[in-house]
Formats: sequence, structure tokens, C-alpha cells
Amino acid sequence: MWLYALRRIILTIPILFGVTVICFALVQIAPGDPIQNLLSPTASQADAERLRAAYGLDKPLPVQYVIWLGKVLVGDMGMSIANNTPVTGEVLRAFMNTIVIAMIAVVIAFVLSTIFGVAAAYRSGGLVDKAITAVAVFGISVPTFWLGVILVIIFAVNLSWLPATGMGAGGSKGFDYLSWSDFRFAVMPIIALALPPLGIMTRTTRSSLSEILNQDFVQTLRAKGLTETEVMIHAVRNIMPAAVAMLGLQLGYLIGGSVLVETVFTWPGTGYLLNKAILTRDIPLLQGTILVLATAFVLINLVVDLAQSLIDPRIKRS
Amino acid sequence: MTQMAISPPAAASEDPRDRGGPAQPMLIVDGIRKYFPIRAGVLNRTVAEVKAVDDISFYVVKGETLGIVGESGCGKSTLARLLMHLIDRDDGHLILDGDLVGEETGVPLDGLRRALQMVFQDSYSSLNPRLPIEQSIAYGPKVQGASSKVAKAQARALMEKVGLKANLFAQRYPHELSGGQKQRVNIARALALDPRLLILDEAVSALDKSVEAQVLNLLEDLKRQLNLTYIFISHDLHVVRYISDRVLVMYLGQVVEIGPVDKIYEDPQHPYTQALLACRLSMDPEERVEAAPLAGDPPNPVNPPSGCRFHTRCPFMEDVCMSKAPSLGDVLRSSAQDHLAACHMVHPGSGHSRAPLAVRA
Amino acid sequence: MTDAVANSLAVAPSQSAPTARVRSYWGGVWQRLRYDYVTLFCIALIILIVLSAVFAPWLAPFDPYKSSMANRLRPIGYKQFLLGTDEQGRDMLSRLLYGGRVSLLMGIVPVILATVIGGLFGVVAGYYGRKVNMGIMRTMDIFFAFPSVLLAVAISGSLGGGITNQMLTLTVVLIPPICRVAETATSQVRNMDFVDAARATGASTTSILFTHVLINVMSPVLVYASTLVSISIILASGLSFLGLGVSPPTADWGLMLSTLRQSIYVQPLVSAIPGVAILVTSIAFNLVSDGLRQAMDVKA
Ligand SMILES: Nc1ncnc2c1ncn2[C@@H]1O[C@H](COP(=O)(O)OP(=O)(O)OP(=O)(O)O)[C@@H](O)[C@H]1O
Ligand code: SF4
Ligand SMILES: [Mg+2]
Repeated sequence: MWLYALRRIILTIPILFGVTVICFALVQIAPGDPIQNLLSPTASQADAERLRAAYGLDKPLPVQYVIWLGKVLVGDMGMSIANNTPVTGEVLRAFMNTIVIAMIAVVIAFVLSTIFGVAAAYRSGGLVDKAITAVAVFGISVPTFWLGVILVIIFAVNLSWLPATGMGAGGSKGFDYLSWSDFRFAVMPIIALALPPLGIMTRTTRSSLSEILNQDFVQTLRAKGLTETEVMIHAVRNIMPAAVAMLGLQLGYLIGGSVLVETVFTWPGTGYLLNKAILTRDIPLLQGTILVLATAFVLINLVVDLAQSLIDPRIKRS
Repeated sequence: MTQMAISPPAAASEDPRDRGGPAQPMLIVDGIRKYFPIRAGVLNRTVAEVKAVDDISFYVVKGETLGIVGESGCGKSTLARLLMHLIDRDDGHLILDGDLVGEETGVPLDGLRRALQMVFQDSYSSLNPRLPIEQSIAYGPKVQGASSKVAKAQARALMEKVGLKANLFAQRYPHELSGGQKQRVNIARALALDPRLLILDEAVSALDKSVEAQVLNLLEDLKRQLNLTYIFISHDLHVVRYISDRVLVMYLGQVVEIGPVDKIYEDPQHPYTQALLACRLSMDPEERVEAAPLAGDPPNPVNPPSGCRFHTRCPFMEDVCMSKAPSLGDVLRSSAQDHLAACHMVHPGSGHSRAPLAVRA
Repeated sequence: MTDAVANSLAVAPSQSAPTARVRSYWGGVWQRLRYDYVTLFCIALIILIVLSAVFAPWLAPFDPYKSSMANRLRPIGYKQFLLGTDEQGRDMLSRLLYGGRVSLLMGIVPVILATVIGGLFGVVAGYYGRKVNMGIMRTMDIFFAFPSVLLAVAISGSLGGGITNQMLTLTVVLIPPICRVAETATSQVRNMDFVDAARATGASTTSILFTHVLINVMSPVLVYASTLVSISIILASGLSFLGLGVSPPTADWGLMLSTLRQSIYVQPLVSAIPGVAILVTSIAFNLVSDGLRQAMDVKA
């Protein structure tokens, strides 16, 4: 177990290293002189030269990379062009807004998908199964940003139940998820975020449940006189380790995929930050945000793997 | 080294492909070795090795069938793959009809390919599931330069030769054949390059008894017609006795006994061979012997026992067996009639209490 | 579905006349598909969508680029505008037909490119194993450290908008997953006895790869690639939605959705139409790939 954990942690290091290489490359693949990408359009020639020296852009690429990495490791990801503020602070603030709604969304998706999965597997091929499968296919196929637009049309435009965008007057400062006047701003983003993982997880739960229900040992349980409900509880307990792992993975995808949903709802998270960076071609901000999100994704995967190997000791063999 | 005095087999007819003369063994295997690394740990380093084939020497006389037997995992398939050059050997030489194989001076690998072919165990993986069997058979000749028309004609002729009607079967896919039919295709595919030596690894093991008999008869017929030499690997001692001229017994990557089939079956020298044969007999209720002689699992080939590898399971084990490895003797200089065993009990002066005092006649 | 399988299997032995052509693998796949009505319907739907995109110039009732200040944001069915008009008074139906061209292109071309490139890397990694495998697969692992949307946004955001950049981005994003599937399938096939039998004939690696490996790796890879078409369409429309796709006058479903977003208070239904097109296309491709998987995965 500990050996597996150690090995898994050590294997994460080259991955994180690769992530930094790709993020570093983002500036390189951006068209034009990298210095122009790092500078605001209004900067003077002297500014450009100063920056060029500061970034060591006259040096060969590997050296530039090492310099850049050294700064990143101490938390310096450069300055945002648009606001001229440190990227690090801006990204971390936004990240908190993203991670909270992503977690709420994924937990809701997890609970609902377990219920749906059980209901569908209970009478495999029945009407409920077909309906749930249809919802799952919808969840998997729907573009989240369109779903967001639809939600706005229904709940904000037609019904006027929920605010269409933003985080309310106070912004993210002092935003209280426990008070309805604040939380209602988060409702639609959460629904839009939750649907795709709901679709995927329902599908997985359903298929792994019906696989288990067809195995011999379940027949034995039935023969022993267990009720269908008891058998189902048994089966659900069996798929939990895999389902929990799935939950972690989906959380990772959500923080990456939040860019579209947050753009639709102008929710001030990392996704919205990315959109802003794209519109203003603020490459340092883009690079910093991507780096933080990808690192978070890698770390979430690591935690999921470790947690799963704790729950399910068979894992460590592979 | 490459020429040696052994009596030629009874009826070795002239073969235009012959280079070394009838007395030259078809294949000489000299000190061949293969260790598989086992990787583990945080950095995936090699921490140990499976000694799958550990210093094996023997030869196959032209026109004979050499049976190879041994428990599962003793290295039979690894040996077959080494002979076929499907995996690289760590050490040792192969001499094919007098020519060193693979090294710069000897026969090129391509020559070996033609002369040596292998029939795999019937399984879902022995035939390409996406190719009609005609194409599976024709593939070899095409690779060797035949036009696809010639190769196809050859494939159809071979199908008839192994007892499959070409009109009926040529376009079929493997999943549309029975086990016996698939095995005939496997044989036809191996014959397509006109080989001189066929290695049959568990070629009939997965078949029903009656089908097995048909395929064995087919193999006997083909051998006569095509002047073939066989290395026949199996764990079924009945089948090996039926088809072999000589038998080689393997234990944990080594040869423990080799000799003519009747001598091995009627007078086994090595306690392991004796145990194997006793196991076989015990399956037949009329000849059941007391107590299963082969107790326990074979030891781990990663860390084989010191001295004689069989000592952990041998009823005659003595101190000398743990400290000193018994030798089989110089197999390559022995005659095909010789019966050799790697056990201290057969070597005079070995220090084992049951060892003979003088050289036996 | 299961009946179809049973029937087709039962037929085989009776075809014993010497001239009987035994069904090929693809014949068997078709036999199974024939009875899968959902998949057939979706295939028909996709053909319809593709045709309407290809023949957009003949089918479109209006010029998709001709704006009209007088007819801005008309509702569905307003006069001759079957699906209404957009924020610049352009006919929605015409723009939808033209927009399908870009969206389908973005769904299909990157998947094809990624299948060829990723498949090649995967097969090479799977067949050669060891160091080559390590080199290729560990590089792919780095790309797996990014959720696909994030990777797409990262690359596209740096490269900037435009149709070529978008295609390039999607191809790069789709290569690693295809590579992984191809690698797994290849290393399974690589250990099968028939590959060893082929090596024993002295065949070159290229010949073995083409005759024996590819043919067996193809179906899992193609089935997997087909699931990526819908993902690629959604990713592409997402990028366009963020302004990273084609530039404005061009019709594209994602971009239309984005520009119409300001108008949801005025014409909510019209604003939702491009999304419906994306959704229907993506569901159709999803269901077809499901059907293909079922039809092709039946073990021979
Ligand atoms: N590619 C490989 N890597 C590591 N170990 C291997 C490999 N191939 C074989 N071995 C090991 O080498 C030993 C001999 O295997 P081999 O397949 O030759 O046995 P066998 O006598 O053919 O057994 P069986 O009768 O079951 O076919 C076994 O312990 C096996 O686990
Ligand atoms: S050498 Fe010793 S242990 Fe080995 S077989 Fe002979 S008697 Fe048994
Ligand atoms: Mg074997």
C-alpha cells in the first residue's frame, strides 16, 4: 500500500513537469513576438527591452524555461496585461469560486446518478431504464453553454425566478453560499455544470450495476432469501469504490470544463478569467490560469487514486 | 563441434534440401539460455530474473520426433520460441543442419525461417480472426516472394493436404471452424514454407480425444510424405509416447532426462520422470499406484533450489543433492540411443548412497 | 439485437454448398446493424444533416450573409423566414444550413487527422513496446493531465482564432486518447500467436503491421474515434462560442449561439435554435457510435 502510494506520488512529478513544459510552450506558440504577447499594446519600446531582459528572452529556450519555472515555483506567474496585477493572486481568487460550485455540482451529480443508476438497473430494459438512459444520453451530448442559455431563458427570462448572471452586487467578496440571496446566483451554473457528469455517471453506474446483478454470487444471495432491496444494497456497495473514483475524475473535468458555463453566467471563476484572457489576448493570465487548473487536475487525480487504493486494496497490484 | 558421430535414423531418404548429410543432426541446441527480468519497485528496476530456460543442450536427428515433456511453467514454450528466434536468447548457439544460425558467419535468419516452422496451440489467438484462412496460409509464401496467385494455389493445395476441402474452407474465417479444423489450418500454415523441422507446441492439447487422434495421424502421414522432423511439446505423456522416437524431460528450465522413448517410459532414471509417469498411471484405475508421488507445486523459477533443482520434492534427496548440481553428461557427444539423466543416483562416485559403484554397461 | 446475432450464427453451417460465400467480418457487422433501428435512424439523420450542409447553397432560401436592419430578430415563422432572423436580420434557416458546413467539418476532419496520427503513434508504441512505448505513452500522459476542454482552450487561446487553428487545436486534443486506445489494442494483438506465426515466416515488421495488426486494431480504434466526433463538434462549437473559431460573418453554430446570446430577452426561441442543431447532431453521432460498438464488438 505505502509502496503503491509512494510510487504513485513519484510518478506525478514528471507529469507536473510536463504540464509546466506545455504551459511554457503556450507563450511560444502564440503568434508574434513573445514579448509582444507579454506586453500590453500601449507599452513603450523601453518597456519591451526591459521585459526582454527581465525574462531573459535573448537566452536559448531551455534557459528561458528554467528561469520561468524558478519563478513559478515561488508563486510568481507574471503580471496580467489587462489589469496589470499579479496573475497568481487573480487566479487563486477565481479558483476558489470555481472549485466550490464544481464540488457542489459533482456531489449533486453523484447522488442523483446513483439513484438513477439503481432505478435503471432495477428493471433493466424497462420504461424507467429507457427514460433514464435517454436523460443520460442528453446529458452527455448537450453543449453546456447552450444548456446555460436555455436555463437563463427559462428561469431568468420567462419565470424570473433566478438572476441570469454574475454573483450579485457584492461580487465574490463576502459571498455566502448559505444565504439564499447569494446562493441563487450559483443555482443555474451548478445545474449546467452538473448535467454532463450526471449523464456519464448514470451510465457507468447503470452498466456496472447490471453487470454485478448478473453475476453468480448475486444469484446465491437471492437463493439465500435476501430481498431484492438487500441484494441491490449489496451491489451498490460493490461499485462504490469505482463510483467514488469517477466522482473525483468528474470533478477534475468540471474545473477544466467550467470555462464555457462560467462565461455564460459571467460567474467570476477561472473559466471566466480564461474567457477574459482570450478576449484581451492576455497571454500571461491565460498561461497562469491553465497552469493552476492543470495542476489542480493532476493533484485531484492523485488524491482519487490514493483514496481508491485505500478503499479497494486490489488496486495496488496493477 | 558441428559434425558428430551419431547413427543415422533408419529410413532417412535423400532430400535435395539436405546439406550436412544424413548423419548431421537437423538441429543442435548448445547451451541455450533465457532469463526474463522481473521489474518492480518504485523505479521499475529489474529486481530478479525468471530462469525460464537455463543452459539447455540437445540435438534433433533428421527424420525423428523428439518429444518434450514437463510440468506447466517449466519453460517448454520459451524453449520453442527461442528455437524459432521469436525471442532473443541470452546465451547459446543453434546449429541448423551443420550451419551456425543467426551469427554473421552462419545461415541467415531467413534460411532458418524457411527450415523451421512452428504449430501453435489451438486457441483464439493462433489464427488472425480477420483473415480468411486461405490468406492466413498464403501469407508466408507471399512474404517469401511468391506472387499472390501462386501463393493462393499453394494454400489451396496445402488445405487439401491437411484434409480440408479448399472450395469449402478457403474463404472461411477462423471463428467459423471447429478446433480440429483450425488446428489443420495451423499445420497447413506452418507447412507453407516447406520447412524441414516443425516445432509443435501443445499442438493437440486443446482438442477432443477423437479429433486429437485424427490430427496425430495427419501429422504422422505428413511427416512421412514431406520428410519432416518434429519437436513435439506436450504435457500429455500418452501422446508423447505414441508419437515420439526420443523424449526429453524438462524441469524448471533444465533438461533432467533424455533418451529413446521406450527406455524413458519403461526404465525412467530420474525421480522426476518416475513421478511424472506414476502420475500418469494413477489416472488409469487399473494401474493405480499408491500415494501421489509428485507432491507440492514446482518451486519458483525465480529462485530455483540450490544443487539439484528437484531436491525439494525428491524422495531420494540426500545432502549431496543440495550442494552439488548433478550433470546430465555431454548430451551433444552422446548417441541417439543413449539414455541420460541428471541425477546423482545414476552417476558413479557422486556421493549419493544409491549411486552405482561402477560404470553401467 | 440478440436475435439478429443468433440468426446469423445459425445460418453459417447450412451454407455448405461448395460455392457458398461465407460472410465476411463486415458482412456480420451489417447483419447486426440491420435490426438496430435507433442506429439506422441516426445514420439516416446524419446523412440528412451532411447532405443539407453540402447542398446548403441550393437549399438555403436566402443569402446567409445578407443582413437587413428592418428584419432584425423576427420570430419563428415570420413571413418567409421559416426559423426567424438573427440580430442582424439574416435568415436563420439559411445560416443554420451554412453553419452546418463548418460544424460538421470540425466534427469530422480533426477526428480523421487524430485517428491517423494518434493511431500511428499508438500502434508503433504498442508493437515495439519497451523504450519506444515509454517515450510515446509518457508524452501522451502529459496531455492527459489536462481536461480536454482546458487543453483546447489553452492551445486555441494561444494560437488565436481562425478555422485552421481550431482544426489544429482539436486534432492535438484528440490525438492522446486515440493513441491510448490504439496502443492498448496493439499490445494485446501483438502478443497473439498469429503475430508470432507471421514473424516466423520472416515477414518484415511493416508487412506484419499492415496485414495482421492494423486489421485487428482498426475496429476498436474506429469505434472509439466515432465517439469522438460528437465530442469534437461540441468542443469546436464551444471554442467558437468563446470567439476562438471562424471569424464573425461566417455562419457557424457555436458562433451563432454566442452572438445571439445578447438577444435571449427579445427572441429566446430563435436564440436557442443553433444549440438545438448542435445537440441533435451530437446525439445522433453518439447513438451511432454506440450502435457501431455493439455491432462490432461481438467476439468472433
Ligand atoms: N515474456 C515473459 N516474461 C516473463 N516471464 C515469462 C515470459 N514468458 C514466460 N515466462 C515465465 O517463464 C516460465 C516458463 O514459461 P513457459 O511458457 O515457457 O512454460 P511452459 O512450460 O510452456 O508452460 P505451459 O505448459 O503452461 O505452457 C514461466 O515461469 C513463465 O512465467
Ligand atoms: S540428484 Fe538428488 S534430489 Fe536430484 S533427483 Fe537425484 S536424488 Fe533426487
Ligand atoms: Mg507452453
